[in-house]
Formats: sequence, structure tokens, C-alpha cells
Amino acid sequence: MKVEITESVFNPYEVIAQYQSSLDKDGRFGATASFVGSMRDFNDNQKVTGMMLEYYPGMTEKHIEKICQNAIEKWSLLDVMVIHRVGEISIGDAIVAIGVWAAHRGDALDACKHILEDLKSQAPFWKKEQTKEGQRWVKNNTSGYVKSEE
Amino acid sequence: MSITVKYFAVLREETGKSQDIIQFQQGMTVSDVWRTIMDKDMPTDIKVAVNMEYTRHDASLKDGDELAFFPAVTGG
Repeated sequence: MKVEITESVFNPYEVIAQYQSSLDKDGRFGATASFVGSMRDFNDNQKVTGMMLEYYPGMTEKHIEKICQNAIEKWSLLDVMVIHRVGEISIGDAIVAIGVWAAHRGDALDACKHILEDLKSQAPFWKKEQTKEGQRWVKNNTSGYVKSEE
Repeated sequence: MSITVKYFAVLREETGKSQDIIQFQQGMTVSDVWRTIMDKDMPTDIKVAVNMEYTRHDASLKDGDELAFFPAVTGG
């Protein structure tokens, strides 16, 4: 299992591929589920030009490790990785990448969604967006679906 | 006999500081600390962690605890 918080820009697909190549479990996993979250240039009906992501050093890592451990106990997984950006974020940057490896797709897909939703609702991160009108704290994450936002 | 109190995001900006050290008193709860510092009751939507684990507003504290106050989280 790998959990990393970073201030550096990362290529999520390279990070996931690199971690997979280090697993030494070729032939054991039949399913890899991944999620990549990137920064949009709009939120809450306004154009966004940049963002600062704050976190709670120590607790954030500990909480994500707990989320991953819960997933490992709930589903039959071979490995899990989560990498999350903090600090100054630019439009289009990857914010989070999650990789889940399992023998079967159901375990991989369900665990990946569970880890993401738990991270978004519980892991201590806070977004402050830059708009034309100034800066603003994001009060709540979106539901994840366009229709429910309308 | 003290407690470290940390503030994040909008609470850090509103208090103008990232942490306080306050005197610990026997029987003190999370909401007692909030009331002492902010001079008002604790809003129900404030999140709380003690020693980096989520806890309730009425949780009891002990000497040396690290208490954190923060708003709803918005990562991912």
C-alpha cells in the first residue's frame, strides 16, 4: 500500500504504472481500477483560475491509510495506492490518483469508488479557489453527478 | 498541563493563527475549549479531531492532547 501527499505536479498515469511495475504480482491481478481527479476551470457557476489545497499534516496521511486499510479488509485486494496534491494547483493538474489491484473487477471497481468517496467526504483537505472576484473557500464537494447539481 | 489547539482553512484565517496552547483543566470537553477560545457556542457543522482522529463535540480531553477544529473537508 502506498499513500503520498505531494506539493509537486505529477503525471497520474505514470505514477500508477510505476507503482504497478513495482508490485511484483504479475499474473495475480486480473483487474486494475484507477481514478484520476483533475482541476476544473469552473465551479459553482463561476470561472476558476487557480486553487490552493490545504491539509492537516499527519492526520491526512493517517486517515487515507485508514481508508485504504478498511478497503483491503472489506474487499479482496492485492494492493492500493493513493497520491494527492496539496499547495498551489493549476488548471488541468491532477489532484488525486487512486490505483486498486485485485484478482477480479468487482473488488477493484467497488473498492476504488469507496476509497474515493471516503477520501472526498472525510480526509482533511480544504480547497481555496481563485476567481476573478477574489479567493473563496470551497464549502462542500459536489455530489459527483451533473444532473443532481442542476 | 496543556492542550494544543490547531485551526485549519477558514478557521485559521478567522482566528488569525494556526495554533494555540491552552491550559488543561480536568473534565474539559472539546466544546468547552471552543467556548473558551471563541467566546460563543460551537456550531454543529465544525469538525473536530483529537490526536488526529475524528471525535465528537462532547468528547473529554486529557493533558497533552492535540485538538483540531476545521470546516467540512473538500479534497479529491
